[in-house]
Amino acid sequence: MLKTIAKIALCIWMVLVINAAFLYAPSAMGLGDLSRIIYFHVPLAWVGVLAYLVSMVYSIRYLRGGFAKDDLLAAVNAEIGFIFTILATITGAIFARFTWGVYWNWDPRQTSIFILLLIYSAYFVLRSSVEDEGRRARLASVFSIFAFVSVPFLVFIIPRVYATLHPDPIISAESGFQMDAVMFKVFLASLVGFTGIYTWIINLTSRVINLEQNNRREN
Amino acid sequence: MVKTSFSLITAIRAIVVKDLTDEFRTRHALTAMVLFSLTTLVTVSFTIGIYSLDIMLHSALIWIIIFFSAMSALSRSFTKEEDSGTILALKMSATAEIIYLGKLFFNTLLLIVLIAVVLPLYYIMMNPPPGGNVGLLVLICITASLSLAGATTLLAAIVARAGSKNSLLPVLAFPVLLPILLTAIRSTGFALSGGSGEEIITDFIFLISYLAIVVTVSLLLIPFVLDD
Repeated sequence: MLKTIAKIALCIWMVLVINAAFLYAPSAMGLGDLSRIIYFHVPLAWVGVLAYLVSMVYSIRYLRGGFAKDDLLAAVNAEIGFIFTILATITGAIFARFTWGVYWNWDPRQTSIFILLLIYSAYFVLRSSVEDEGRRARLASVFSIFAFVSVPFLVFIIPRVYATLHPDPIISAESGFQMDAVMFKVFLASLVGFTGIYTWIINLTSRVINLEQNNRREN
Repeated sequence: MVKTSFSLITAIRAIVVKDLTDEFRTRHALTAMVLFSLTTLVTVSFTIGIYSLDIMLHSALIWIIIFFSAMSALSRSFTKEEDSGTILALKMSATAEIIYLGKLFFNTLLLIVLIAVVLPLYYIMMNPPPGGNVGLLVLICITASLSLAGATTLLAAIVARAGSKNSLLPVLAFPVLLPILLTAIRSTGFALSGGSGEEIITDFIFLISYLAIVVTVSLLLIPFVLDD
């Protein structure tokens, strides 16, 4: 019952967010209507990194406990994170085309999200190349944790060392990217909404995983 | 306590000596690595050696050659144990961490040999513009290859345990190594144009700290890779 209410609420919430993004929120000065991509691009990128973080946490749990379910959840999170990261890359490229003039110019931000995609792909390649399930789970977990080490360097250090055109990802007073109060409200609402969608997808897939595991045990 | 650390160093040295002896007898990794770098270098030199290239292009070429030659050599470090069936004996005689550290030292030695081969040959064949800071260039190459070896050794173990072809290693290693490569290419270009060390001190700090982090994480994770 509670779940149904949550789902309906999420549906209404997202409809409101999408409408607010186009109709209610004002466009930012200098960027015009292009600024509206922030309500979709940033939440997508946020979920992409969040899913990867969750995947890494499940990998750690797998190495500590050795339950096959943790490994499957890590894999599912990586798959979902991959899709969200691709969407963030595409929306970012569209933004780049209309503000910087080209879709792709190896801006430090684009470099780092590209490497994130490469890490995800390498993770899937590794998974598909190991036959034995226990060994696959262990090696994939180790790689996931190891590769995560480079993520802080990519997300926070490289864009600070090299000059980037990307608007500051962390909204702060000194970032120079001041958001209008209404914009900020819609932006936060969108973050919450996208995180809700992510939670829903994870909830569905982990139920599928549970069913498959039970099914296996019975056979 | 003194005795433990002493025996730790002895154990690591034993692994390095074993790998060195193996290498002197078969010369497998060394020949593969040197020939690979030579082939790439000759191809590059043969096709574009007559043009005068931009400094950044020189530094990118140097690192492309080093990266792929290093991958061909480092992927052997654990697969050779799997192939010859000696991994079990190795695991019986030392803990996973000691095996890792031994392999790390050996891989670092291999990469330093690689750089000692590639850099002079590159200077002879490609004629980078004069006025480069050679001492700084060598220092950068050695620091970056330390980081490369540190980040690749654990992945080489994963590839060996995955029981698959060596071609998996560049795929796994590239995203983890890219921060190192980008920094190395940038600072190599800087050294080739004759800059001094103080101006790129942050690059050195970056490479060393990256090395410290990957080695720490590798030491925590290596038991899960090697122990079944």
